[in-house]
Amino acid sequence: MKTSAAKLAASRAARPPADPGRSSDLPGPKLLEIYRTMVRLRKFEERCYQVYLQRKIGGFCHIYSGQEAVAVGMISLLGPQDYVITAYRDHGQALARGLSVKACMAELYGKATGCSRGKGGSMHFFDTSVRFMGGHGIVGAHVPLACGIGWAIKHQDQKGVCLCFFGDGAMNQGAVHEALNLASLYKLPVVFVCENNGYAMGTAVARGAAEENIYLRANSYKMPTCRVDGNNLFEVMDVTGGLIRRAREEFQPSFVEAVTYRFRGHSMSDPGSYRTREEVDAHKARDPIAQVAQHILKQKHAASGDLDEIDAEESASVEESVKFAEESPPPSPDALYEDIYA
Amino acid sequence: MSVPVSRRAGVPARHAEPAAPGDISDAVRMRAFRQAINEALHEAMARDDRTFIMGEGVDDPKLIFGSTAGLKERFGPERVFDIPLSENGMTGVIIGAALAGMRPIMTHQRIDFTLYAMDQIANHAAKRCYASGGRQSVPITIRALVGCGWGQGPQHSQSLQSVFAHIPGLKVVMPSSAYDAKGLLISSIEDNNPVIFIEHRRLYEIEDDVPDGHYKVPLGRGVVKCEGKDVTVVAVSLMVFESIRARQALAEAGIDAEIVDPRTIKPLDVNLILESVRKTGRLVIVDTAWKTCGFSAEIAALAAEECFGALKAPIRRVTLPDVPTPTTSALEKIYYPGALDIARAACDVMGLGGKVPPAVEASIAGMTTPTAPQFFGPF
Repeated sequence: MKTSAAKLAASRAARPPADPGRSSDLPGPKLLEIYRTMVRLRKFEERCYQVYLQRKIGGFCHIYSGQEAVAVGMISLLGPQDYVITAYRDHGQALARGLSVKACMAELYGKATGCSRGKGGSMHFFDTSVRFMGGHGIVGAHVPLACGIGWAIKHQDQKGVCLCFFGDGAMNQGAVHEALNLASLYKLPVVFVCENNGYAMGTAVARGAAEENIYLRANSYKMPTCRVDGNNLFEVMDVTGGLIRRAREEFQPSFVEAVTYRFRGHSMSDPGSYRTREEVDAHKARDPIAQVAQHILKQKHAASGDLDEIDAEESASVEESVKFAEESPPPSPDALYEDIYA
Repeated sequence: MSVPVSRRAGVPARHAEPAAPGDISDAVRMRAFRQAINEALHEAMARDDRTFIMGEGVDDPKLIFGSTAGLKERFGPERVFDIPLSENGMTGVIIGAALAGMRPIMTHQRIDFTLYAMDQIANHAAKRCYASGGRQSVPITIRALVGCGWGQGPQHSQSLQSVFAHIPGLKVVMPSSAYDAKGLLISSIEDNNPVIFIEHRRLYEIEDDVPDGHYKVPLGRGVVKCEGKDVTVVAVSLMVFESIRARQALAEAGIDAEIVDPRTIKPLDVNLILESVRKTGRLVIVDTAWKTCGFSAEIAALAAEECFGALKAPIRRVTLPDVPTPTTSALEKIYYPGALDIARAACDVMGLGGKVPPAVEASIAGMTTPTAPQFFGPF
């Protein structure tokens, strides 16, 4: 059965030509590294889900499971000079950018050892040492910040790119459209990535947007726009690689709609009653991690035992992070009054 | 124009940061507020090539009422430029640029337009340092003008300092003189935090003794503009000017008012204000904005909480009435308070029952010191 989201993913009419060289031909070790990162995201998120239900953590928690090919595929194309900025579903991007599993888990536990010293929480992971400019809690509002980062890259001759992730719901925010115009007007090295997982909380795309083909809405800003299958790692990487190159070399911004699906609800409080079991199952059958695993096995880059080993190692690392977070100290009471000003 | 405040007469040494030897000459150098702002921008931008200034109209022929004159010629169009009508988006741009190492300055011809960018200012610029556990900061300066004068109307005349000051993480600066404007703007641009720098349009042509070169007036430090023993008048921005006029007139009735200018709304120089109230035992607060939940309420609460025992009379506030700004000049005249209203409040706390002695009233009516220049347009 093909769901409407899968149909959207299959429509690639707007795709720009990819640069020569296909990511599916990447050498085995590189592919295995990417696979490992995708597994890390999944293990981390599923463990978050459990500790949340055990009430060891609370507050907001938006699980990224199912969308791994987007964050990992795109961020694996970046170098240390590049920037990543994202919305509130930020655990995946943070881990893909290399934040430590421990610092992320401790942040969810609200501990002083967290990546934002416990003062940011799930929606506000930050690590400037890897130019991870954070998760943001106001839908679409961080998209103009990406333009500012692009501005700084361009005017400080940093030769980088800013990868800016946001969801389908953000496309209905004025700030996003202002940002798209400004990026194109000022020729800023930003690649805008709309992760279309079909729903803004419980609102299906077509219920919030007169034009449900999201990439078409970006067409009026005079930049390359396209749609990719966000569950297909290689398609994500092939298309984004060319866009990142053009941003770095030509200050050409661009827009990618990555059609994907979240396996869990919008947040922990979401029973997901707006989606049918059949729809969710159909998407789980297109699991991005399983697709990569199949490719690796088919190309004989590794045996299934090797992949199992990677899974086990990542599970163990997440387990260690839970222990680390639970044993870490909370921020001292003084921290309440610290960091109001720099 | 003669205004009885200069860095020598009005600013005790302890409130100014020492200048490097040779930086500031002793010669009196009168400059308008508008020119002082312009000089601050020149100084700050020459010192640090990470700064850039943008906003609607920064390089158009009017140059934000003259305050951005000569900048584009000196620093080039990449550092001084006009922007599209996207206040919200462009505020996000300066925040992002600041996070990535730059020190942007944004200019709004009216503070009313910053409301478009309130999400960026309140949710992003203000909160970044805290939410990142101190690992990031947002060194931006947002200049915003308060309109006042014929026909500005309800959407071009608001004085929104209290709105910004309510939000943790922002600094809010409101200079009342050209000297302070230059030193405070340089401090704001060199500060590592988001600063809302509020300039009252009717101060723009008022001159003061403004040193040449680079100097800073520290943020968070107020100043006693004029010493007095009978009543403390805490006033901000244009209202400092009106309060000084009122003080001159009150002297006719033997009332000696002390004028305290906080200069920075947030962080607030609490001790300076309390020290003065403890000395005089009487407090009048004069604001350019509305009364309800405003800056004047904050100062009144502060005095009530911290030095209630020192107060000899109830606190009085002189503010705008809680109504939108009328566009017609017929109503504007009674909307804006002035020296006479301040004198009336001072007489009230002095126990004169709200009656202004005829000598005081006559003094204000016949004042040779002109009121701040009116603003007739064209706009």
